[in-house]
Amino acid sequence: MSQMIKVGMADLKLCKAPDAITTLGLGSCVGIAIRDPITKIGGLAHIMLPDSKNFANTSNIPKFADTGAKELVRIIVAAGANRTRLVAKIAGGAQMFAFQNKTDLTNVGQRNVDAVKAVLAELKIPILASDTGLNFGRTVEFYPETGDYIIKAVGKGVKTI
Amino acid sequence: MAKVDLNNMEGVYFDVLREIGNIGAGNATTALAQLLNTKVDMHVPKVDLLDFSQIGEAMGGEEQIMAGIYLVVEGDISGSIMFLLEKSSAKTLVAKLMGTENNDPEGDFDEMELSALKEIGNIITGSYLSSLSTLTNLNIYPSPPDISIDMCGAILSVPAIEFGALGDKMLLIATEFSDDVKLEGYFILVPDLESYDKILTSLGM
Repeated sequence: MSQMIKVGMADLKLCKAPDAITTLGLGSCVGIAIRDPITKIGGLAHIMLPDSKNFANTSNIPKFADTGAKELVRIIVAAGANRTRLVAKIAGGAQMFAFQNKTDLTNVGQRNVDAVKAVLAELKIPILASDTGLNFGRTVEFYPETGDYIIKAVGKGVKTI
Repeated sequence: MAKVDLNNMEGVYFDVLREIGNIGAGNATTALAQLLNTKVDMHVPKVDLLDFSQIGEAMGGEEQIMAGIYLVVEGDISGSIMFLLEKSSAKTLVAKLMGTENNDPEGDFDEMELSALKEIGNIITGSYLSSLSTLTNLNIYPSPPDISIDMCGAILSVPAIEFGALGDKMLLIATEFSDDVKLEGYFILVPDLESYDKILTSLGM
């Protein structure tokens, strides 16, 4: 019996096929899905902020793109996946409010997406597909079995990347 | 050293913030009653300091569709304030304001309704902020409001990210209004840490 594992905001979890993993209502946050297509071991991280280096308190590892992505890779490899085979898909990073460019949290959605791309490049993990930006929330489901990343948005139906 | 650490909020500071929440929500209710020209009752608001992972649950699930009205606050303090309302409650409010029938509680908002809702949010958050301003003697200026109707989790990611820059918890003030129908509204007040200090100092803490 396969189950659906739930990942909260500023959270990350491991997921092995045939189980699936989901996070609900991604706004400006980014959902990073990573898997090894052979062992079908994967996981999902729901990060909120681009860079832990700007903050004094970084104890909440999944909160940041840089520390979150690295920790996700670490637990996936520790569970038996091959580090060199890992591939990623990403979603989220919306700008929920039009005037969000007033503060220094300038379009944090886009900055989150940029930061996730940068850290995955540094880790040499290719991004196979992405669905990011625009101005709406997304619920995502990731299936390490097939690599399907299903994205649901209000009034926009369902798509698989 | 900042007085307020959101992860280790001392009892007395939390009590003060809770009281500000109560007074603000009370004024907001009065403003709503005047706007709708009816009597509106308010239950004692619930003020909680929640972990990010609990916020969605506290508001009925991350996928609950809600209307969020968001303003940036400037002046002596800086930060932002958000007022959230469940979508069907928002529909009811707008219909009351415009004197129309709420025939389609699940339907989308048209331009006119969105603009009315933005104005409701503006008045409610404005009266909330003006009570904070009177209480603390600080100048507080809100920006024009912006609105988003989407999944609760997605809307909340915006204040959550601002709180996220400060700590791992956020302050949520849940208010239940009722006249003939029950409406649940939520305030999220996000001052920066320095502003928390200013608020507490101006209150003699």
